[in-house]
Order: sequence, then C-alpha cells, then structure tokens
Amino acid sequence: MRIAYPFSAIVGQEDMKLALLIAATDSGIGGVMVFGDRGSGKSTAVRALAALLPPLTATIGCAFHCDPVSDAGRCTEDCPSRRRVGRRRAPSETRATPVVDLPLGATEDRVVGALDLEHALTKGEKRFEPGLLARAHRGFLYIDEVNLLEDHLVDLLLDVAASGENLVEREGLSVRHPAKFVLIGSGNPEEGDLRPQLLDRFGLSVDVRTPRDLSDRVEVVKRRDAFDRDPGAFLARWASDEAVVGARIIAARARLAAVAAPDSVLEAASRLCLAIGADGLRGELTILRAARAVAALEGEESVTQAHVRRVAPMALRHRLRRGPLDEAGSDARIDRAMAELFGA
Amino acid sequence: MGAAPSATPLGGPDDASLAAALFAIDPIGLSGISARGGPSPARDAWTAMARGLWPASTPVRRLPPGIEDERLLGGMDLGASLAAGRPVIQRGVLAESDGGLVLIPMAERLSDGCGARLAAALDDGEVRIERDGLAVRLPARFGVIALDEGVAADERPPNALLERLAFRVDFDSCECGPASGPAPDGRAVAAARRRLARVAPAGDDLIEALCQAAELLGLGSARAPLMAMAAARAHAALAGRRRIVAEDVAVAARLVLAPRALTVPAEMAPEEAEAPPEPPHDDHDETLAAADPAERTEMPTDAELVIAAVRAALPEGLLTGPGLEGRAPPPRRAGPSGAGAAAKSARRGTPAGARSGPLRPGDRLNLVETLRAATPWQKLRGGSSTGRVQVRKQDFRIRRFVRRTESTTLFVVDASGSTAFQRLAEAKGAVELMLAKAYVSRAHVALIAFRGAGASVLLPPTRSLARARRQLSELPGGGGTPLAAGIDAALVLASAEVARGRTALSVFLTDGRANIGRDGASGRAAAEADALAAAARLRQAGLPSVFLDTSQRPRPDGDRFAQAMGGRYAPLPYADADAILGLVAGGGRAC
Repeated sequence: MRIAYPFSAIVGQEDMKLALLIAATDSGIGGVMVFGDRGSGKSTAVRALAALLPPLTATIGCAFHCDPVSDAGRCTEDCPSRRRVGRRRAPSETRATPVVDLPLGATEDRVVGALDLEHALTKGEKRFEPGLLARAHRGFLYIDEVNLLEDHLVDLLLDVAASGENLVEREGLSVRHPAKFVLIGSGNPEEGDLRPQLLDRFGLSVDVRTPRDLSDRVEVVKRRDAFDRDPGAFLARWASDEAVVGARIIAARARLAAVAAPDSVLEAASRLCLAIGADGLRGELTILRAARAVAALEGEESVTQAHVRRVAPMALRHRLRRGPLDEAGSDARIDRAMAELFGA
Repeated sequence: MGAAPSATPLGGPDDASLAAALFAIDPIGLSGISARGGPSPARDAWTAMARGLWPASTPVRRLPPGIEDERLLGGMDLGASLAAGRPVIQRGVLAESDGGLVLIPMAERLSDGCGARLAAALDDGEVRIERDGLAVRLPARFGVIALDEGVAADERPPNALLERLAFRVDFDSCECGPASGPAPDGRAVAAARRRLARVAPAGDDLIEALCQAAELLGLGSARAPLMAMAAARAHAALAGRRRIVAEDVAVAARLVLAPRALTVPAEMAPEEAEAPPEPPHDDHDETLAAADPAERTEMPTDAELVIAAVRAALPEGLLTGPGLEGRAPPPRRAGPSGAGAAAKSARRGTPAGARSGPLRPGDRLNLVETLRAATPWQKLRGGSSTGRVQVRKQDFRIRRFVRRTESTTLFVVDASGSTAFQRLAEAKGAVELMLAKAYVSRAHVALIAFRGAGASVLLPPTRSLARARRQLSELPGGGGTPLAAGIDAALVLASAEVARGRTALSVFLTDGRANIGRDGASGRAAAEADALAAAARLRQAGLPSVFLDTSQRPRPDGDRFAQAMGGRYAPLPYADADAILGLVAGGGRAC
C-alpha cells in the first residue's frame, strides 16, 4: 500500500476539503460527489482523508466490525455480540476507520458478498464471504470514476447507502448485515454524466478545478515533487498539521449534537430552496446538517446564516432541475438567489 | 543559454527517439508514450527501437483494445482452482507486465472504462482485484506505449490514459519521418537509468518556469508540469549531468508540454487567428511582470527559454489551419463501451454481470458464478462422494453484455437567403447522399431547417427515406440565418434521441453567418454570440456533430462554430460525395 499524501498539504481546493470534513464529522450527510478536471487531486484528497479519521471501537471477531453499542443485537447471527451473556458486552477493540476503494472491474459478488466458494467446495458448507460493502461499514466507500461503474453496481450501492443495510439473497444464502458508510464518488463530467436520479442521492456535490493562480500551481507541483521523492520525510514535515485537522474532526464530532440551529437559519435555508426551485426536502435537510457540521468544525455553538451560505452551493448544486437549453450554470443560480435573499 | 552540447541531436524526427529514450530511463515517472499514426514502416521501426532501449528481459505484453476485465485485471484460474481445491489467481495483462511494458495497438479503440482501469494501475503501481471471490492486490508498475491509429481528431485513446502518458509523438505529421539522427543507444539509456536517482531535484526557478509555461499553454492539470519535470530529470541523466539545467527543462517542455498545448501564448497568435478558449493576452504579460521583481534575475530567462522551446515546437497548424490537433479537443468518440446508448445483448460488448437461464448457442458461460450456484446443492446431488462437482442446467450463469444501439442522424440545414440558391441545392444533394447511406445502415434520420425567425423540425426521427427526401425537396429558401435557433433545435431533438437510448449525430449544413439572435432580433454580433453559446451547450451535452461549411469561400467562422460545438469541420466545396460520407460515417460511428 502506498503512503497517502497528507490532507493538510493539499493546496487550495477548499470546497472539496470542507465537504470531506463535513462527511467525516457527520457521516449521515449522505455522501459526497466530487466532479472535476483531471489532475486536480480528487483521489488524492479522498485517500488523504483516511489517515485523518479517528479510530473506531469494534466488536472482536465480527466480520463487519460492528459497533459494540449501537449495532448490538442488530448484527448478523454469528456476530459475537449476539452471544453475549447477561449484560456483559462482547469484547471490543480499536481499529482504523475503513476507507474502502472500489476498483472499476469489481464484480458483484465481491461488492455485496457471496457464497464462499472455497469453503463450499472443500468443506461442503455454506458460508457467507463478506464483500466490500461489509468492509466499508462505519467508514467510507470511495469510487473513482463513478460514472464509468456499471449501472447495476451503482444502483445497488445507492440502495445500500440509503438503507444502511446490505441484503444478500443469492445462491441459497440469505444474509442481512449492517453496511452504513459514506459514499464518495469522483468523476470527470467529460466521461459521461451521472443519471440525475443518482446524482441527487449524494448529499453534497463539489466541483474542483485546477488552481488558476500561478503561485498556487507552483506550490502544488513543488509539494507533490517533494512527496514523490521522499514520502516519509514529507509526511513527517506535515505531521503536526495533520494532527490539528484530526483533532478538529474529533472535537467537531463531540460537539455536533449540541450545536443549535435557530429557526431563523432553518427558514433561510427553506427560502433559498424555494427560490431556486430545488425538488423535495432533501436540499433543506442537507443544508442544515452540513451547516451544523461546519459550525461544529469551527467550534461554534450555533449555526448562523454564514454557515448556510458556505454550504448551500455544495448541498444544492446537483438538485436543480435543468433543461437542456438552460443558460446559466447551477452555481450562478444559487449565487443569485443567495444574493437576493441574504444580501450581497 | 549556454548549456553543454546535448548528447542527442534535437531535430524534429529525432524527438520521437528522444522521447523513447527518456521513457526507457524513467518509465514510472513518465508512464508512457502515445504514438499517433497508422501502421507505417517509420512507426514500426520506432516501436522496435523503443522496445530495444529496455533490457532484453523486460516483459512486454500486448493489450488488445477489446480486452475483457478477466484478462486485463485478472481473475480466478478455474482449472487450477478446482485442481488445488482453493482459489488460484490468474494474473491479468497488467500484473504480468509488472516491471515492463504494455503495448496497446489501436489504442483509439480502447473504451473509457478500460482507460480508467489502466489509469488507476498507473497511479497506484498495482492492480486491485475484487473479482470472482478474490480480493488481492498485485504489483503492476509498467510503462505504456499506446499506438493511436485514429484518423479523425475525436478518435484517440481515452483521456484518462492520455493525460497520464508523458509524451505524444505523431507519425502522421511530416515532422516525424524516419529518424535521421543516430538512434539512442541502449547502453547509454541503461547508464542513464542508473544515474537517474542521483540527479539533484529541480530548483524552484525551473519548477516555476515549467508551471508558467503550462499555464500559458492552457494546461490545467498538475500532471503536465510534474511529468515535464520527470522528463527534465531523465534528460539530465542521459546527458550525464548530476543537476537539471535549463536545457533539460527546455527539452522537457518541448516534448511534454507543447504537444498538449490548448491555447497559444499571446504574441504568437496571428491577428486573424480565432480566439483561444482562455485569452492569454494579459495573463502572459502580468505573470511575467509579476514574477520579475520578486524573483532572481535568471528566473525570467529560464521561463522565457522554456516558453521559447514550447513555441518552437508548436505545430504550425495550431495557428492557422483548421487542424484540430492540439486545440481544445472535441469530446472523444468513445470506444466500444463509451457513454451513451447501451442495450443488453447476449453476445458482445462490455460485460454487465451474469444472468441465469438456458444456455443458447453463442452464449458465454460465467464459470465462477455457475460453480457458485452449483455448490450449495453438491451434497444433495451426491457430488462430494464422487469427487466431482455436479452442475445442472439450472446452475448455468450466462454472461451479460452491454452493446451500443441504434443511431440517429440529424440534418440541420440552413435554408436562409445567405445560402445561395445553388449552394442550397448542393447541400440538399449532400443530404440525399447521406440519407441513402443512413438507409443502408438502418439508421434513423431527422431533418431540421432554419430560416427567417426560427428553426423547425421538418421531419422527426424516422427510417422512412422517402419522407425525408420529399421534405427535403420541398424545403424553401430565403430569409435571415437564425443559427442559434437551429443549434438549439438540434440539441433538443438529439437529447431526446439519446434519452430514447439511441446515439445522435447532428450534421450542420450552413455557412455559419448567423444574423438572427435567439430572441428573433437581427444583428450579427448578438446572433453570433447566441450561436456560439448554443454550440457550446451542444458540446457540453456530449452530443457529436459535424459542421459542413456551405459558404462559397470558407471563412474561419465555420471552423469556429465547429470547434465550439466540438464537432468536425469540413468545407462543402472541397468535399466530394465520398468525402462527406466518410466524414459523417466516421462521426456517427456507433461503436
């Protein structure tokens, strides 16, 4: 496994970094879709995030590393947490939060899990072999070039991401196991669009562009070059910055539930969604959750209109109805609506 | 810059050789070469030469463009697995090429999906297999030589792959004939490979020079300057230097940056040249001026040197002719499994899972899935006692494939007064020719005409050749040229066709002299702006198009629209019937 480039050393790309931090703070945000130019560091950022995520507590011996508290009794039948005696919890351990990469070319049996062929052929027993969805439980599932993934796999992923549960009915197996993960997709719009009904399943959507500023670009190249030459030394140089971001995530998670969202802010979010004609209530809810996560990340006690303004574009961008002849891009529409509602 | 004389002469034809040498020195940093041009002795000689620069023991694998995941990435070796009683991995081409070279003939036929898999392996230096019950990572550090035999501008290897290959050589352009200079020497390359690690990293001023050159050329990706740096390092190693000097950077800029150029630095663009996508006019002066006082005095010199090197290497057609190479490329006409219409078909195309059902002739069995389906029943069937796996008909799992489907060709005909009567007749003749062709290939055709205040769909998509022909002959001429309305109408109709699961090619026959805006008001400037915006949307929607210029004397306007819509451009006067057919058939190539 290659050493990942440090998250804090990524130059610019504030939108993408913020969206990933929001997802790290509130895993219920509904996933992040990153669209962008080639060579703008999409995959780098997602892989870098893995190193920052705080570890989690998992039941020892559980194939789904389930949470000994919240998953108790809801995991599969052979999970040790089901066999606990009296009030004693099954023993648990600390392990890294999984960030699972779903490679293109993965077959369905590896994604959802399937009958363990080896076990069946040699021992004559049916046994479920967990797939990538199981491995990603309580963590992140990353798909680069999501628009190139086969349709039937994408449908399946979205379904599981929405329900938080993977239901496998194949080859005489019937298995149900928890699979709660943050879905992160990245793609290049040139390679083909995502279907709209798929797109609005993602909570946040960010567009990344290569930096336009020469000094930023020089910095990108310098850092990348330094990293490629000596990853270990580069990592050591950024260790303290990384620790700061890691601590910020932990603090934000702890504070999240206590962050207040005044009615005025809720109303502002609703008015914004109405003004731009975003379908459904998902837009408002996502704005609220994301704004709360940003407030938590910044150590504030309550959500303000400023937070809403920061997250509105990434929460709404992909939810606007657009005809093929629409003039302005989604961003321009959101900006205009925000300027009208909240003042410039 | 008074640098030591280079080890290799730097002539046009020799750049291909030099690129091959640098690539062999640092295959991991440079990833590969895309060599464009049909099969020719020059190309074959170059390929053999490039191969000869690598150690004799290097694994070289050919990767056919239609390769399936099972062979590309790897999967389960079923025979061995059954014999051993445990899963045995069969390595794919990428893993087999570890430490070596992947040669891709007909790389323009590679699907986007396959390109993305290659790109992922190039980025990670390994292949990740999550297939057939296997979950493994295999090392796959390889270099790529992509033989791009595309003819049209939109026939090229997948962008994801192209972006990661450092060099592009072109055997079609006259500059790249057979190498005249001495071929690079395998021993010198081997020595340089050993020296590479000892070359000191590039100084900040050189990095800045490369970034600046990349920016001037409209290259957004950070990979371009990074690969140029790797090329500079390899060039320094080849020249026996311990440190990268300005000359190395200049060579790297010429070989890596110039072939990717999307915009032309300001002072190079002739007066009449069409505006590049990002006007670099002020940019250039500002960046140089801004850098000047702050940096050391050599900085501008290096930057200028790099930019001069790039300028010298830019193809001439970039500034004048309608050559599409190097400018904002049209959306790639994807290979066999590109985005767009796809339908389930049993026999060919890209794999899309497996289904159960009877095995008909021509169907292909998915063995792993079939075995999986059979396993739970083995005890009942008494398979374990005989030591053989008992497979029944109902266990069969058949591979499903996705294949591209029907296509629609939209003819968008300019019937305005500016298109002279005779030209309109010629345009009609051209359309009739194409209609006949469409009939043969069982494609759907549609007809849109624009004149006066707007555009109208004369013929919704149909297969009826007779109807199309009648509508065409009745098409009246005269009035203004609402080009924007015509493009809009094509966009709406083409989008609808795509939604229906077909591919849609829009063929515009117009002189491009728009003078009616979208709001119906006349006025050349506004009309042109509207038309350009409409064309850009067509491009954005990923809809392919062909622009046939019907004006008496082709002017840059037509080419500009063709570019804006990402379509192919051809002036009608110079195109005979067969040429038109070839153009449209190529553009509408369904797979």
